[in-house]
Amino acid sequence: MTHLEALESESIHILREVAAEFERPCLLFSGGKDSIVLLRLAEKAFRPGRFPFPLLHIDTGHNFKEVIEFRDFRAAELGERLIIRSVQDSLDAGRIVEKAGQDNSRNRMQIPTLLDAIAEFRFDAIFGGARRDEEKARAKERIFSFRDQHGQWDPKNQRPELWSIYNGRIHPGEQIRVFPISNWTELDIWQHIHAEALAIPSIYYAHQRSTVIRKGMVLPISPLLPAQADETPQLRTVRFRTVGDATCTACIESSAAHALDVIKETAVTRVTERGATRVDDQVSEASMEDRKRAGYF
Amino acid sequence: MDLLRFATAGSVDDGKSTLIGRLLYDSKGVFEDQLEAITRATVNRAAGPVDLSLLTDGLRAEREQGITIDVAYRYFATPKRKFIIADTPGHEQYTRNMATGSSTANLAIVLIDARHGPLVQSRRHTFIAALLGIKHLVIAVNKMDLVGWSAQRFTEIVDDFAPFCLKLGLTDVQFVPLSALLGDNVVTASINMPWFTGPTLLEHLEMVDVGADENHTALRFPVQYVIRPNSEYRGFAGQITSGIVGVGDAVVALPAGTRSKIARIDTFSGPIAQAESPQSVTLILEDEIDLSRGDLLVHDTVDPQKNPWIRKDFDAHLVWMDSQPLALGRPYLIKHTTRTLRAWVTGVAHRLDVNSLEEEPTTTLQLNEIGRVHLQAAQSLVLDAYQDHRRTGSFIVIDPLTNATVAAGLVCAQQPAVLTPSAAVALDRHSREHHFGHKSMILWMDGPNVDSTAQVADALARRLWQRGVQVLRPLEREIIEITGNSLDPAAANRLQGLCSLLLEAGIVVVICGGPAGEPTRLTLQDGLAQEDFAQFLVHATADLPHLGAANGALKVAAEDAEAGAQHIIQFLVDKGFFATNRVMGAGEGI
Repeated sequence: MTHLEALESESIHILREVAAEFERPCLLFSGGKDSIVLLRLAEKAFRPGRFPFPLLHIDTGHNFKEVIEFRDFRAAELGERLIIRSVQDSLDAGRIVEKAGQDNSRNRMQIPTLLDAIAEFRFDAIFGGARRDEEKARAKERIFSFRDQHGQWDPKNQRPELWSIYNGRIHPGEQIRVFPISNWTELDIWQHIHAEALAIPSIYYAHQRSTVIRKGMVLPISPLLPAQADETPQLRTVRFRTVGDATCTACIESSAAHALDVIKETAVTRVTERGATRVDDQVSEASMEDRKRAGYF
Repeated sequence: MDLLRFATAGSVDDGKSTLIGRLLYDSKGVFEDQLEAITRATVNRAAGPVDLSLLTDGLRAEREQGITIDVAYRYFATPKRKFIIADTPGHEQYTRNMATGSSTANLAIVLIDARHGPLVQSRRHTFIAALLGIKHLVIAVNKMDLVGWSAQRFTEIVDDFAPFCLKLGLTDVQFVPLSALLGDNVVTASINMPWFTGPTLLEHLEMVDVGADENHTALRFPVQYVIRPNSEYRGFAGQITSGIVGVGDAVVALPAGTRSKIARIDTFSGPIAQAESPQSVTLILEDEIDLSRGDLLVHDTVDPQKNPWIRKDFDAHLVWMDSQPLALGRPYLIKHTTRTLRAWVTGVAHRLDVNSLEEEPTTTLQLNEIGRVHLQAAQSLVLDAYQDHRRTGSFIVIDPLTNATVAAGLVCAQQPAVLTPSAAVALDRHSREHHFGHKSMILWMDGPNVDSTAQVADALARRLWQRGVQVLRPLEREIIEITGNSLDPAAANRLQGLCSLLLEAGIVVVICGGPAGEPTRLTLQDGLAQEDFAQFLVHATADLPHLGAANGALKVAAEDAEAGAQHIIQFLVDKGFFATNRVMGAGEGI
């Protein structure tokens, strides 16, 4: 059995455990590559049946248009139900207030919208596509990650997780965040995309884009991320390693036009996925840990 | 390319974090931005050069305190293999973390500081790895640079530690002399230790064969989820935890015992002819049998060695992981494969001292303690010994109030004899004595005065009854009605038969012999085991000193019946008549 088959089997087992043990699960689907892999794994776990859960997207309003288009296309292609809740609605309703200034990422701001959606549908288990290789705090999180009534993660009070036996017991109002691809790395994701010939948003592959270099990162210029006065945007051949909030997601210079090219680049890269592309993670060494404690994925 | 999962154990001073950092760094599993972040962190902490151990500290609390709180998972790949490291901290919570990290690992690396040789904790870590079923061990003898790269020192450590590993049943043990700090023998061979001709740590990790660890013969398929999109399709989805299954195979659904055959093995990419552990598949059966989540499919075989046990009561080792200690008789939940059910711990056989490996008597288990216990489940479980089948031999214990995972369970290879339903009804004398909390005996009262003897006998029976003893005090005429005239020798034999029956029922019988009873007593006493019979001589106090008492008979004063009865009870207590503890204690019945 190859390492990819072993990882797939583990993920399928996790998906089925949740489907069997929870009343109202949902799967977070953003149109990004990790959640695309998650959907393929769900197909492997439940076809020819339907998914025993809806898909949920927390729309920050700061998304790349190609990714949103792909999200809708893929959900329709699968014939599964997609629920969308938007940060903009939460802003309009006064549930959250936008921070002024240059750092106007909506990564943190999507937390209340996510928690509202969980409360609205009374979701008791929420699948996410987070991987442990992404970030230090994620490396310590369980596959079944217990969250209290406020969605908060307590890293010092996690349930021991042994073998493949997952403890999904919760009291009303509490929830479990489930990470079926915890043990996958960025390279595994790309190998899977290649092996399964999965369609992904075009911006994951090399394309021409107007960019500036800021703090050593290649930033895509858009109405959400305008060039500053002293910057002159240049057309570069780039691709995205991750597609998060468009105000704080950098791309990398690359000519990789296919999954195989990306695999070759990923195998030799010397910079992590988030390190290369997530401006917000650099603010403090513990950014992710803090967000998770507040209810983030 | 295949997958190797391994656990690392060692304490802060062993240089474990440095070793992992080195392994990741030299195999290019560390990225420049991570290195940059730890360089920044090193500066923050005003330490010296870049500290590779910081690569493995995840949470802010850990970095601030310079400790590791929890198991962390690391990933790297070489062209030969993908590796998942379960990095377990070596301090206080070692047992819980080590057990967690080892539970999914094929191999464990135990670090030994070359200067100090094997310490108590080296043995402890090795023991836990062995208990959790790890078959491949690497002993990384670290800090060889600090012992002058001495071959002799390395050999001393091997000679010291290898027998211990062998004693634990670990047969694949690889010793590697290395320096995590300088990189010798971690990824590249050491030029400082040309005398070592074995593989470097990474070479060994790339080569070690774990394929034989899996049980390839006996099928185990816990039904996880039923896929039923329409009335035509009924697929049993799950992960094969052991063995191989093929289309056409005859299978049995346990615990029900219903039989069928595999009609099809479905996967998303299409049907396949055969599947093996640990594949996740969907099985279609030929017959419409009653099957759902929690049931286990095995091959239909007549070889009982290959079949799992079906039982409600069983023995297991528990690794206790909660600050709240184990409570006997309290209802817990256990999750075993895809079933969750109520269970009680009815006894603790012993606790294992992880340092000395000694078995110690106890009635509970505290946080981080390991012990062998007896469990009673509300329904039958389909179990394997953990050493034979990791997935069907393991379970977790959940506190139903807090929902916390309080223990990890490993089903023992040796199980107590099963009480079949019929045997459970037809209890034997031992079980009854155990249940009643006292021995069953014939207490024979003799005395010249029939009335005062009878008074002592009555008082004795009443007092015994008040102490919870199952006691019978037949009158002389009642005995005669059953056995016939007491002068008839055949009557004595009939009485003996009756007494044997009552002894088997766990009952204490108080009989007054009377003046004519002597031949009967002799017959009775001859026919019964010595410890089943006691004789009491009830006489006036003045006569007692002059009485000859044969066969250890007790002389009892006739004047005060209550005092006489109490005298007899004290005699019985001294003889060990009452069980010391009516609740099953340590070692009892295990």
